[in-house]
Order: sequence, then structure tokens, then C-alpha cells
Amino acid sequence: MVSENDVLHIAELADIGIATAELGKFTEQFNAILEYFDILDTLEAKDSLERPLVNVFREDEVKPCLSQEEVLRNSHNPEDGYIRAPKVI
Amino acid sequence: MQDTYNAFLSTVEIPSSAKGVLSGIRVAVKDNISTKDIPTTCASKILTGYIPPYDAHAVELLKAAGATIAGKTNMDEFGMGTTTENSAFGPALNPRDTSRVTGGSSGGSAAAVAGGLVSMALGSDTGGSIRCPASYCGIVGLKPSYGRVSRYGLIAYANSFEQIGPMAANVTDTAKLFSVIAGHDRRDSTSVAKPYDFAGLHAEIKGKVIGVPKEYFGEGVDKDVAASVEKSIQKLEELGAVTREVSLPSMQYALAAYYVTCTCEASSNLDRFDGVRYGPEPEMNLPWHDAYTKVRAAGFGPEVRRRILLGTFALSAGYYGKYYVKAQHAKQLIRRDFLRVLTDCDILAGPTMPNVAPKLGEMTANPLQMYQTDILTVPINIAGIPAISVPCGTAHGMPVGLQLMGRMFGEEALLNAALAFEEAA
Repeated sequence: MVSENDVLHIAELADIGIATAELGKFTEQFNAILEYFDILDTLEAKDSLERPLVNVFREDEVKPCLSQEEVLRNSHNPEDGYIRAPKVI
Repeated sequence: MQDTYNAFLSTVEIPSSAKGVLSGIRVAVKDNISTKDIPTTCASKILTGYIPPYDAHAVELLKAAGATIAGKTNMDEFGMGTTTENSAFGPALNPRDTSRVTGGSSGGSAAAVAGGLVSMALGSDTGGSIRCPASYCGIVGLKPSYGRVSRYGLIAYANSFEQIGPMAANVTDTAKLFSVIAGHDRRDSTSVAKPYDFAGLHAEIKGKVIGVPKEYFGEGVDKDVAASVEKSIQKLEELGAVTREVSLPSMQYALAAYYVTCTCEASSNLDRFDGVRYGPEPEMNLPWHDAYTKVRAAGFGPEVRRRILLGTFALSAGYYGKYYVKAQHAKQLIRRDFLRVLTDCDILAGPTMPNVAPKLGEMTANPLQMYQTDILTVPINIAGIPAISVPCGTAHGMPVGLQLMGRMFGEEALLNAALAFEEAA
């Protein structure tokens, strides 16, 4: 079981806001889903995980790409070819 | 174009001057597939105003084949849902009965085709998102083998499951659209060089061995839906197919394995939506955690936030082994189960959805109940194999979908079998 405090903590880690009014319902639904996931505990995982996939590499070649103008087009705060972000420190 | 089904989030008419198999054909594109200079929102407020500077590979191919892009279709936000009610722009309505949902998440694409607004549409299928609305709206939808269609330009939700695929009113148009979008793209490292040749499409079912997994007729499957599908399987027998009952015991883990994995991938993929490079502007005077939280709380709907939280939790220290690692073990068992039964059988058959399209609002209160309706579609995404949903009659006055599932890269056999069924139905 996860508590409302646990959900608040996870929300903080994920930068997802949870309003106080919706916290109870969110926690209840969260627990119902996690309870359903418990079926995985009945799984006997005798074998190790297969890794049938291989990495696909390509040459690191310079190719035509989007212009700086195109890349910045959707940003609200471009400045001197960069994007401004909220303060980190 | 009169869109009374809320099928489109934006409409355009961009004809291509190229000559090809889709010349003059209008194709709708799901709103999580990037289209250069056409707004692409994933039906989310967090992408409001976003205009992609490039086309997805599948869209480049549509244009090269002469298609006219008819607009961007409604969907569950970021592909998360089974009804298209989780759209920030209101639900799409089922053209067969507008008091009912279209299914999801490619509900807008299905409604656009079923409502006669376009003859073909692109959808994307992470856990059934093409096949579910195809089934509920009475059209054809193909979830291709993993890797057969490039995901370049598909806004990622759960990369290890999702595929772009064709939707149309009939098998021939579905195959035609598939022939345009299948093939290799070096910009997607999971892409394989397996083009599809439309000229090879012909009705073929005689002598094929069709496995009928008993789990596809288990608890939770509406008896009228099951009856309609069983009748369709009899029809396949009359056409010369040999049927046999098979079992996929690991299916009991499929839903949990799917939702653990896809929420984990979603929590990582959706981390990029913070308003800095696109979307709503963050408050620059706030510390970055607070600024991002504010943008994301306002921009994401409840289902998206729920899945990000579930994924963040399942990947957190102490729970990673309990959830994520076990889900990967379950995936392995499910893949092996399908590989085993598809050694003896050419194709598997069963219902696409356990029910017909619910009424609007019927499923929204209980997310777990909604997740459980995906039980017959998600195993395919876990195994990576292709599956097609073909209309096969009605139950409770609404369309029912017959799901045909095939071997890895066996779309040819699936489409040929689906065509044989369609011609005989």
C-alpha cells in the first residue's frame, strides 16, 4: 500500500503536481492498480532474461539537419541562438 | 469537411504533387505523428502551439506516394487510453452510434474512416490503439510487426511496444496504405528492411492452420461478442482453414507486464515536456522544479499524470526489482508462448476487444477497469508480432472485431487471410 505522502513524494520526483483535492482519489486508484500488478509476484522467473537484441550502430557522419532557426521556432525564450530556462541554482 | 464526430483536431488539405499509389487519396494522420508546419499536440494541452519543423518518416512516405494530408486526428492524450475520452479537446464520437466511444487511442482516425471523412488514416498502436477503435467503429486496422514501420517522428510514449499502422474501411485499402509506410529507415535504429508488396495481396486462407487461443474466450469476454467471433472462425473453416485450440498460459501476466513497462517508459519519455523548448511558457522567475511542476500539472491530463506517477514509482529504488524486472520476465514468457503456438499454427484468431464500444463516460471513473479491456490486444505488442482487426458482424447492435495474429513479419499472410474473410463475409 502506498500512502498519500508516498504519492506526494513520487509526484515531486516526477515534477507532477497533485492538488490536495485529488490526492485521495489518486492514491486509491494507484493502490488498486498496484494491487493488480501483484500478479507478477506469482511468476516463477527461473530463467535469466534473454537479450536477443543487438545494438545498431551507424557512422557518425555530418548530414543535413534542421537549422538553428527551425529548432528554436517553438521556444518562447530564445536568446542569442540558445533557449533560456528557469533558474537551476 | 463536416466533422460531426470530433474526429479531427486540425484539418488541412495539403495535396502532394507526387504521383504514386496514393495519388488523390486523402489520408488522416493521428496527432502524435509529426507533420511539418501542421500543429501536432498528442491531444494534450502541454503541446499547445507546437508546430513540428519536420515530417515523421511515415508522413514523408505518404507525401511521396501522392497522398493528400487531410488533417490530424483526435486521440487519447499521448496515446494513453482505450476510449479517446482522455483527449484534452473532448472525446471523438463513434459514427456507428454517437452516444458511444470510438475506442482508443486512435479513435479520431477510426471515426474519420468510419464516418466517411477520409478513406484511410494512420494510427499508432502501443497496446491495441489501432485495433481497439477499428473494432469498435467497424473498420480494418493493422498493428504491424515491431520494426516494420519507422517510428521516426512518432512522439514517443512507450517505444518498446508502439508502431505506426494503417486503418481503412477495407482490407485492400489497409494493405495499400501499409505498402507505402513499411520499410527501412536509418533514423529509427529498430527499423528493419521488410517492405510490403501490395501486388502480393490476394485472398488466401485455404489449408492454413488457425490456432484459437482458449484464453481469448475466457472470463470478461462478452458472450455475444464471443459468439460473433466463433461464427467468424467457423466461416474461416468453411473457406478451407484448419482450426485447432491452443493455449497461451502466460497471458495472465500480460496486462500487468504491459502496464508496468509502458508506464515506466512513459515516465521517462514524457520527462521532456517542461515548457522550455516547446509548449506553454514556464515562469522564469521560479526555481526550475517549481516552474516545471506548474507547467506539467496544468498541461497533462489525469491519465497521463497517473501513468507518469506509476512509472516513476515502479522504477524507483526498492521497487524496480518487484515491478520492472518481473515485467520483463513476463514479457519473455509471453513472447515464448506466441513463438511456440505460431510454430504449429500459421495464424491465431480471437476477438479484438472483449466488448463492444461502451457509452461515453461509462469507463472513465475506473482506470483499472479500462486497462482490463486491453487484455486481448496487449499480448501482441509484448510479443512484437503483427495483428489485424477485421469487422465480423455485430453484438448489441455494434460492430465486433475479429483479431487475426501472425508470425513476426508475417503481415502478408494476415492481410491475405483477412481479405479472404472479408470477401466471404
